[in-house]
Amino acid sequence: MKGSMKFLLPLAIFLILVGFFAAGLKLDPREVPSPLINKPAPAFRLPQLGAADKTFSPEDMRGQVWLLNVWASWCSACREEHPLLMEMSRQNAVPLIGLDYKDTDADANGVLTQAGNPYKLVATDADGRVGIDYGVYGVPETYVIDKAGVIRYKQIGPITEEALRDKIMPLVKGLQ
Amino acid sequence: MMKKLMVILLLLSPLLVGAEARPLGDDPAIEARLKSLSQELRCLVCQNQTLADSSAPLAEDLRREIRELITKGMTDKEITDYLVARYGDFVRYRPPMKPQTALLWVGPGLLLLAGLGGLWFTLRKRNAQLPDDNEEGEEA
Amino acid sequence: MIPELGQFALILALLLAAAQSVFSFTGAARHNEIWMTAGVSSARGQFFFTGMAFLCLGYAFYANDFSVLYVASNSNSALPLQYRLAAIWGGHEGSMLLWTTTLALWTVAVTVFSRHLPAVFRARLLGTMGLISIGFLAFILFSSNPFDRLIPAAMDGRDLNPLLQDPGMVFHPPVLYMGYVGFSVAFGFAIAALLGGELSPEWARWTRTWTTVAWMFLTVGIAFGSKWAYYELGWGGWWFWDAVENASFMPWLVGTALIHSLAVTEKRDAFKLWTVLLAIFAFSLSLLGTFLVRSGVLTSVHAFATDPKRGLFILAFLALVIGGALTLFALRAPRVGLGGRFGMVSRESFLLTNNVIMVAAAGAVMLGTLYPLFLDALGMGKISVGPPYFDTVFVPLMMPAIFLMGLAIFARWKNTELPALAIRLKWAFAVSVVTALILPLVMGKWTPLISLGLLMALWILTTAVVSLRERLLKRQGSWLTALINLPRAYQGMIVAHLGVAAFITGVTMVKGYEVEQDLRMSPGDTAQVGSYQFRFDSIHDEPGPNYTAARAHFSVTRNGNPVTVLEPEKRMYTVQTMPMTEAAIEPGLVNDLYVSLGEPVSNQAWAVRIYIKPFVQWIWAGCLMMAAGGFLALLDPRYRRRNKDQQEGEKA
Repeated sequence: MKGSMKFLLPLAIFLILVGFFAAGLKLDPREVPSPLINKPAPAFRLPQLGAADKTFSPEDMRGQVWLLNVWASWCSACREEHPLLMEMSRQNAVPLIGLDYKDTDADANGVLTQAGNPYKLVATDADGRVGIDYGVYGVPETYVIDKAGVIRYKQIGPITEEALRDKIMPLVKGLQ
Repeated sequence: MMKKLMVILLLLSPLLVGAEARPLGDDPAIEARLKSLSQELRCLVCQNQTLADSSAPLAEDLRREIRELITKGMTDKEITDYLVARYGDFVRYRPPMKPQTALLWVGPGLLLLAGLGGLWFTLRKRNAQLPDDNEEGEEA
Repeated sequence: MIPELGQFALILALLLAAAQSVFSFTGAARHNEIWMTAGVSSARGQFFFTGMAFLCLGYAFYANDFSVLYVASNSNSALPLQYRLAAIWGGHEGSMLLWTTTLALWTVAVTVFSRHLPAVFRARLLGTMGLISIGFLAFILFSSNPFDRLIPAAMDGRDLNPLLQDPGMVFHPPVLYMGYVGFSVAFGFAIAALLGGELSPEWARWTRTWTTVAWMFLTVGIAFGSKWAYYELGWGGWWFWDAVENASFMPWLVGTALIHSLAVTEKRDAFKLWTVLLAIFAFSLSLLGTFLVRSGVLTSVHAFATDPKRGLFILAFLALVIGGALTLFALRAPRVGLGGRFGMVSRESFLLTNNVIMVAAAGAVMLGTLYPLFLDALGMGKISVGPPYFDTVFVPLMMPAIFLMGLAIFARWKNTELPALAIRLKWAFAVSVVTALILPLVMGKWTPLISLGLLMALWILTTAVVSLRERLLKRQGSWLTALINLPRAYQGMIVAHLGVAAFITGVTMVKGYEVEQDLRMSPGDTAQVGSYQFRFDSIHDEPGPNYTAARAHFSVTRNGNPVTVLEPEKRMYTVQTMPMTEAAIEPGLVNDLYVSLGEPVSNQAWAVRIYIKPFVQWIWAGCLMMAAGGFLALLDPRYRRRNKDQQEGEKA
């Protein structure tokens, strides 16, 4: 190393750091990518909301591309995506299954009667165990599951119009 | 009659004189393992807290889950793997040794060695450049 | 009206900061006294107006002016006055104002206490500090204005985060910022010296005073924060290796290295470049901390409401200031001389080795703190780096440093003989090792870590004792007068080093012998924890100014003798409806008794956490001793000599 080159070393290291910081400004450190992508959706069998004698299992959807939307009546961010969900259900583009996470049936029913029910059916995960199996850490979360029952995509946080238009719907179309 | 009174008194006695407090968990050994495990795991919904420290609902659910897994006889490693399979390496406060984290684990040692090596060479070179002065060293 | 006045004062302060820089640098370039004096006056004016803005914001909090957005978001009319005032720095905007005000305070202190400095040097110093002021004032005015109005005004404020409603909030941030920002003076000294090409032992002496003062504040500030976390968060932890804690710890490590490196430069005119680089690093790390806390690139319990736009501004500023400084360094470094010669085994080499270790430790903390960001930015996944990592990595790094600490106080400048050193220290070493091995057995639990921790603490203690003994044997008169008559710098070093020993003792004991119990207790229940009996007597509701509390009453006895009464609380803050745990602690020299209330479990029973934390107070006492050591060293006559210079300068 030439004598005066070594004095540039601190500057060089610092500039690399600045590069990382600049990149870091665009990232969200709180978003945890799911390790379940491209893995089979964990199995479960849960009672359905409003039909206590009926149950739901991901097996029931085998052969179809579908969305599993984790929500709850106590979750305010879920209200943000609710109109989009209603719109999706009107277009009937893809079956939407709800997973009512750590909630009571009465509260959940209240929300659905008031704001409309976009779901084909809702499974109730009252104690949050299925949530743990799916790695749910912040409601709402939405999983795209393919015909073979494999999770292909996970939306963390409310579905936005961009996410729906650019990611979820193209993926669903491709899978179908 | 007397006997009945005694029984009632005995039944009431915890209320009167107080009882020895019970541990929150049923089995202290399980609780100890839960604690040491959950101190290495991250509460996902919190800003930056361990599962042991957090009182968020998800943290409580996960502690309950871990307690059950311990009762089932799973090892610490199996339990950690169970959580990593669901939430990814993000839940581990002690990052696993992997190609991506190699630098993280060897970095501090490298820094120290590079620093000490650099100091050694600088001092040697420096002493070669400087004339040997013989003035008396002073006490600090 | 008052908020507008504050806003106006900030604008004036920005203009004056610009004037401070322009006048100072131009004056220095032209050797023009009048320009340089104008620089000094601008600096003082800058302080006046920054201070005025600060007072205006304080008044808005005092007067509950909820037409100011920042006040409405961080205060409430029911909030007690001391917290309303502490709420000035309770959010991003106000804490930035505190930052700038602290910087202005340091600047004005420089103008007052720097008459002995060469005029050109001083002008460059003030010019550099002015540049930093410009950056922060502009940042506040353009992206984080605390005086923004809220129209229509809120009926009442959203309240200060209950976690921050604590005496710790009153003291911790200002003291910490005094430390952080104080390194800007050392930074200014480094830049001024590089600009002028004058790196002399005098330069080191001047810099050392300012650096030590800043370092003392930082030490106390970090200790305050740690103590606060200990009693406020309810689980008795005192350090979490959180990103923001690390952000304050890195400048502390580098600042500690800087103080010692300045000693070498002052005494021996050696390693000037390394010293300058450390001065730049210490402040750069302070700036880095500011960026990390406010940009949202890392998750932290302490993070402010973050905003990438603000992050971009600070990053640009950071790149400019640090990048500029390091460029200047690269340009000027080749011309700096080497200084006095010293042997491979000498006090210089020991101090420098410890310097390298401290910097490597700071580097390790930085690596751990930023690694998740690195991986994420490279798209290689998300990981968390937490306490288990830092504990694993940091302790082995510090062990050689602690060992050298004991050696270095015996080593002589220039050259020292290792065999002679070994003979002088064999007893200290033997006593430390034997005691460290046996003591844990006496205390009833032996682990390698406890022994190792005690060994480090004992080594510092015994070497200090041997060193004192050697010095005192040479003296006549009573040992007390001899002790008092020792050079202040030496006394300071011993006290600070013993502070490190106390700190290590506290950490080792509390990690090794802490007793924790999670209990379910109803009123009337007793619990045996360690050798103490805790009786849960009663619980009742207790209204607070802006919360309602359930206050429990525990009487603690030991072998039937009353020890103390502890009253932990569970508070519900009314405005933010946030529950808070107020632990009750009986601090002690040997043991802290710590009770915190969890949640109610059933009708009468509560989850209760009881800890016995041995020697935990030693952690903070150790920090205070380190700071006190710094203070003692400042009293050394060679730093007061310059006051005389200064008086002479004033006469002239």
